[in-house]
Formats: sequence, structure tokens, C-alpha cells
Amino acid sequence: MKNISNKIILIVIGLIISMAAIYSGCNQSKGTLSGNEAEQVYVAPGNYDDFYLFASGGFNGQIGVYGLPSGRHFKTISVFAQNPETGYGYSEETKEMLNTSYGFIPWDDAHHPELSMTDGIPDGRFIFINGNNTPRVAKIDLKEFETMEIIEIPNSAGNHASPFVTENTEYIIAATRFSVPIPQSDVPISSYKENFKGTMSFIKLDPKTEKMNLEFQIIVPGFDYDLAHAGKGPSHDWAFFTSYNSEQANSLLEINASKNDKDFIAAVNWKKAEQYFKEGKAKTYPAEYYRNYIDEKTHIAVSEKNNQVKVLDPKDCPGMIYYLPTPKSPHGVDVDPTGEYIVAGGKLATVIPVHSFKKMLKAIEEKQFDGEVGGIPILKYDAVVAGEVQNPGLGPLHTEFDGNGYAYTSAFISSEIVKWKLGTWEVVDRIPVYYSIGHLCIPGGDSKKPYGKYVIALNKITKDRYLPTGPEITQSAQLIDISGEKMKMLLDFPTVGEPHYAQAIPTELIMKNSKKFYPIEENFNPNAVKSEKDSRVERKGNEIHVYMTAMRSHFSPDNIEGIKLGDIVYFHVTNLEQDWDVPHGFTVKGNNNSELLIMPGQTRTITWIPKKTGIYPFYCTDFCSALHQEMQGYIRVSPANSNVELAFSLGK
Amino acid sequence: MKNKTKLYSLKLFLILMPIVLFTIVSCGNNDGQDPSKFSGTKKNDVANDISAFELENGFGPVKQKIELGPIDPKLVKQGQTIFETKCAACHKLDEKYVGPAQRDVIKRRTPEYILNFMLNPEENYQKHPEAKKMLAQYLTQMPNQNISIDEAKAVLDYFRKVAEEK
Ligand code: HEC
Ligand SMILES: [Cu+2]
Repeated sequence: MKNISNKIILIVIGLIISMAAIYSGCNQSKGTLSGNEAEQVYVAPGNYDDFYLFASGGFNGQIGVYGLPSGRHFKTISVFAQNPETGYGYSEETKEMLNTSYGFIPWDDAHHPELSMTDGIPDGRFIFINGNNTPRVAKIDLKEFETMEIIEIPNSAGNHASPFVTENTEYIIAATRFSVPIPQSDVPISSYKENFKGTMSFIKLDPKTEKMNLEFQIIVPGFDYDLAHAGKGPSHDWAFFTSYNSEQANSLLEINASKNDKDFIAAVNWKKAEQYFKEGKAKTYPAEYYRNYIDEKTHIAVSEKNNQVKVLDPKDCPGMIYYLPTPKSPHGVDVDPTGEYIVAGGKLATVIPVHSFKKMLKAIEEKQFDGEVGGIPILKYDAVVAGEVQNPGLGPLHTEFDGNGYAYTSAFISSEIVKWKLGTWEVVDRIPVYYSIGHLCIPGGDSKKPYGKYVIALNKITKDRYLPTGPEITQSAQLIDISGEKMKMLLDFPTVGEPHYAQAIPTELIMKNSKKFYPIEENFNPNAVKSEKDSRVERKGNEIHVYMTAMRSHFSPDNIEGIKLGDIVYFHVTNLEQDWDVPHGFTVKGNNNSELLIMPGQTRTITWIPKKTGIYPFYCTDFCSALHQEMQGYIRVSPANSNVELAFSLGK
Repeated sequence: MKNKTKLYSLKLFLILMPIVLFTIVSCGNNDGQDPSKFSGTKKNDVANDISAFELENGFGPVKQKIELGPIDPKLVKQGQTIFETKCAACHKLDEKYVGPAQRDVIKRRTPEYILNFMLNPEENYQKHPEAKKMLAQYLTQMPNQNISIDEAKAVLDYFRKVAEEK
């Protein structure tokens, strides 16, 4: 009896203690380092993430959209790559987006997503991304998460140092990785030193129309320009570009471009360049390039061909550009939130050199030059360097900032992130990442006001981190908590494509503007049908135009006859729904084109050339309602010489 | 004796268990997210009780009887355009289509019910017995076509007009 009541007391005490433990445990779990990692990344069913993460898909030419901290994947935005899932780049309304001076190009290598900024802070209007291979810059509207404009960059090859925006998105800047003859010409490759040049391009974003225009280019010595960042605050007028291969080698670069002790960061006073451009100092070069954009009214892509570009030569423009010597083939160049420090990552360097903007201005004023290249003065290293971070890991590449005085640098060779203090240059923490990190991302980490909280490692290699899937294994990113003194690994998450670089922005800046559907009244596609009674089929010579409507759960018309071999059939499908999350799909048997995904209120067109006679079913591919399986129809294709009348109907 | 103690500890267990559970559950809400901001974004609480007004006039922005003036020909025209674009893929005037024939909808339902149903079909499907019955009959959920209340009133005048025409 006594034993038993003792037991009861023990149970009671035990329960109280465990309650206390649970309770205190839950107080601590809010973002502190003592909580457990699973809780920090868990977003309960039906709840939202805190940040959007936009990660490039690298060589898939797209952008992946994820949530943080969960790492969940929400959408893949088609940019430079055709997407048969939606019809992007296949439909008549979108295929012009992929036109270039080399013809239609359905793919590119997309590297650096860059959020538009106002006053040095991401504003959630647009995200830009570069096409590396066939030089292009794309603008994606973040109300729709759709690519709205793509501009080709002439006089460029390997558009890698791109796109980076100035403090108020006045310009989107882009420079060439590969130097080439400018303008292009048929010369021996061995004449590199004589004939090959680089360019820096300044794409202006019109503040009213928000359209991109290649305002001017600067022609520069034939180095490889690798990355860039615009200044901010005091350095607002400037932009910085790293370069390697100052040796100007044209073969076996891994040896021949690694000889010089120092290469350069090019500091460009873009305000001054703009002024020279306005004064008419630029020469007109012939150049063929396209600008493709989605027309606001019709929502149809329009291609515009340009034939010339304005080019500034540093020789004619004193004070516009300087070279800052920087050790060993620098890769990233990152400007701290105050705009004072310019951090370089040297692939082969053993230190991270940090230049001072103030010192740079002073050195320019005092003409502390160490010779010049191609009319560009070289500043003395000691006159511009603010400090060097010792022991930064092997192969330091890129740096982002937390807004609390710390910088985080990725080290590719030693696979780690190194945290160091601005001003004292001392390394205070390091964390291994898996494996071979390239870029890294802190939300707002390249802006004037970083949000901090996390750093995301964008890795090149995953090796043994995930279940194997044959020789090709997943690409991946890692989420690391930086809210405490020590970095803490929280999560591995696979990505669609290589997450070459990424930017993150708080959810509320995007979510409130997100478009839910396209108002049908504002659909000015000339092939739109705004009422089911106007749906019809017309013949124009050997073209058949089907003006079709889609509404849960039928197409109108859904029986079509009188199509003959040799006809080209255009399906113009208008989705009459006016609610969120009710796209319809459209496809027809044996179509050599893609399917169509039509958002509510939108019109999309796909072409089909039937090759055999017979009956062809078509149907809705996107599960839209309980009677989705009923959303179908038939088309009859007759021989070329048949006299079957053109006819269409619904419900007959 | 032994039995009594057992009972006693069972009672104690029953008293303490809810407290422990409560602590655990309240902890579950605290998972690093700001619940005030990012939870409760999905609402699906279904109320069972329904007032006499709601029974007659449905759920939605119209919460009182409205005064119907004379039919406004301008509104009728606007209402017809809206109906043909956003509704006619499912409704005809004189025959059953995806949804019911609408020429005499104004005789079947109150103006307030028609407005509420056009503007807020989702909630009516969840809560209104008549809407549930219709759904069972037609099997297709009427979509929210996101028309404004003024547009809905124009469609209402169109319905009133076509009802007169027969
Ligand atoms: C996708 C098909 C569809 C569209 C589009 C549609 N409806 Fe309906 N509607 C229905 C169905 C089906 C019903 C019957 C109720 C049910 O099955 O849920 C219905 C019911 C109604 C009712 C209630 C009728 C009654 O007797 O209770 C009204 C009023 C109505 N619709 C008006 C409209 C208006 C106005 C529009 C355009 C803004 C519209 N509907 C668009 C399918 C549709
Ligand atoms: Cu469908």
C-alpha cells in the first residue's frame, strides 16, 4: 500500500517534470541554436514559408522557385528553355521569346538570378537572369512568375558577368567571359592579343515602361571578365568586374592564364560612362541582336531586331574605368552593405583581398598608377587594398553579408563556408558543406539591408548525400542557420537543375502581388473567343483556325470535321475560367508539337499538321474538375481531295 | 484495497493526461513559424447552424434584403455581356446544360440568394442545404468567376429581364 502510493507520487513528479521539460523545450525552439534542426525547417501542412528562394537551374536554362526554410519546390519558371509541359517556346504566343540573331534557340545556360532593387534593397518586382552561351538577359515578372522580356547582347561571348543591377535598377550590367573579335571577323585564333576584345554592357531599365534597352557598351582589353557587382551608398555610381586571363592566352588556359601574380578588378564609373554616352562620345558599331517581349495587351511575344549599338572606348573617356590589381584569377566580386568594401574571391589565392572604395577614390585623385592597359590606368595594389583575410579556406569564390558586420565566403576546394569579420578580417567560424560549393546566398545578402537568418550553400557535387539514381545524381543546396555565433547545418534539399546561384526575398514582398488569373476583359489576343457562342472553325486556304473555349468540363466546339491532309490546324484555345488554380490543358493525338497549358482568362495557340486520315481525339490534360475525364472531343481528318464539309458542333 | 489504489491512479492519470496533452499540443503550434502570420491561411471551419435569413438567401456578401428598383436597361446589357462571357459555357436560358436553365432562376430563388451564389459559391456548397442538393444533382461545382458585386447586380437585372420576356 505504502509502496503503491509512493509509486503514485513518483508518477506525478515524473509527469510534472516531463511537462516542464516539454514546455521549456518549446520556448527554446524558436530559432535559437539549442532547438532541434527538424523544427527549424518544418513548415506544418497548410502553412507558408518565410522566404522565396529563386535558384537558377544552371544548364537547364530555367529558374527553380523554392520556399525557405522548408526547401520545398513550388515552380520552375521557363526562361531560355522550351517547356513541353506548358507549351512555353512552342505555342504561337511564346515561341518568339527564344529568337536570336543565330535563329531560334531553345536552350541556354542560366547562372545568376538577380532581384530588382530600389534603394539597394530587393523590391520584389522582377528577377533577371543571364543566358551564358548565346548572350542574353531575361526579365521575369514576379507578379506572374513568367518571363516577360529577353534581350540579346551583341559583341559578347560567354555572358557570365551578368546580370547585376545598380542600386535602383537603373542599369542591368553584363560583361563577357570570352573575348572575341569586335565586331566579329574571320581571323586566326592565334591573333588573340591583337584582335580579341571584351565588352561591358549597360542595359537600361526604363523607369516608366520597365522595358530593357541596351544603352551602351564599353570595349575593354581581351581578358576574361568573370563576375560583377554594382556599388551602393557611397559607391552608387560605380560597378566592379573581376577579370582573369590578363595573360591573354587563347589555349590551355588552366596553365597559361594562371601565370600572372595578379589579375584585375575593373572599376567602372557608370555615371560618368552615361555622361560620355549622352555627350555623344560613343561610336556606332553594326551589331545584330534581338529583343523579345510579351506585349502587355495581347500577351503575345514580339521579336524586335536591332542593327547597331553604341560603344564607348576608354581611350576617349578619361576617368571612366580603372583596374585594381587583385591576386590570382579572381572570380567573385562582392560589395558589402555599406558600399565601402569590395571583396574579391581568387580561385587560386591563399587570401581574400578586400579593396577600400575610399582608398580607391584617393588613389585615383593622387594618380597612384602602376602603368596602364588599353588606356585604362592600373592603380597600385597597396594604395587600394583595405586588408586581406588570412586562411579563408582553399579556393575562395563568393562572399555575401549578414548585415551585422560579418561576411561569409564560399571555398570551393576545401568545401566550406568561412565566416569572417569586416574591418578586422579575422575568421571567426567555418562549416563544412557537401560538396564543392560555388555561390552562396543569404536572403538580401548582396543588398544594403541583408535579412540574414540563413546562408544557403549552392553545391556543385552531391556524391553520396542522396539515394543514388544511376550515374546522374541530384543537384543540391544546403540550408545553414546563421542567427547564432556558430553556423549550424539545418537541411539538405535537392534542386531542379544546378543551383548555380540563388537569391531569396521575404515572402510578404512577393505574395501580396501574386496574380491569380487573367481578367478575361483584359485579354486582347486577336484570336481570343470571349463567349462560348462565338467559338467556331474557319478555313483560310490550307489553314484551319479553331477558335475554341475551355470551361469545366468541356471544350467548344468538341466535334470538328472537314479537315484535310495538307492543312495546318491552329488551335486557339481560350480558358474562360476566372478563378485561381484552374488552368486547362489541351492536346491532340499525334501532335508533333507540345501540349498547351492555358491559364484562366488566357488564350494560347498550338499548331498541328495531321499526317494521316482518320479520327483524332483531343482532351484536357490538366485535371480540372470531377468531370475532367469527360473534357474531350474528336476531329475527323479526310483525304486532301475529299468533299467533307467543314463543320463543328457541341452537344449535338 | 489494491483495486481502489488502481482506480485512484487511473483517476489521477485521467486528470493529468489532458494537461500533458495540452502542453504538447500548444507546443506544436510553436514550430519556428509566426503562427499569427502564417497559420490559419486555410479556413475550413464548417458551421452547422444556419439562420432563417441564410436559408432563404444563402451565404455571401449580401446579408440583408435589398430594395429592387425598376429594371435598368443599361445594367441588363452589361449583365448580358458578362453572362455570355463568364456563365454561358455552363448555363443556357431555356435548357438544362452543365448547370440549370436560368430564364426563371429569379422565380426559383430570392435575388439575394442569386447574388450570394454567384459571388460566393464555395461557401454555399459547404454550408447551404439547397446548394448541396443542387451539387448532388448536377455533379459539377460552379466555379467562382470572380465578378464584382456591381457586376453581379447587372447579371441579376439581366435575369429579371429575361424572366419577363417569356
Ligand atoms: C463551370 C460551369 C458553370 C459556370 C461557368 C457557371 N455556373 Fe452557375 N451553376 C453551375 C452549376 C453546375 C449549377 C448548379 C449547382 C451545382 O451543381 O452546384 C449552377 C448554379 C447556379 C445558380 C443557382 C441556381 C439555382 O437554382 O440554385 C446561379 C444563380 C448561377 N449558377 C449563376 C451563374 C452565373 C451568374 C455565372 C457566371 C458568372 C455562372 N453561374 C457560371 C455551373 C456553372
Ligand atoms: Cu480541364
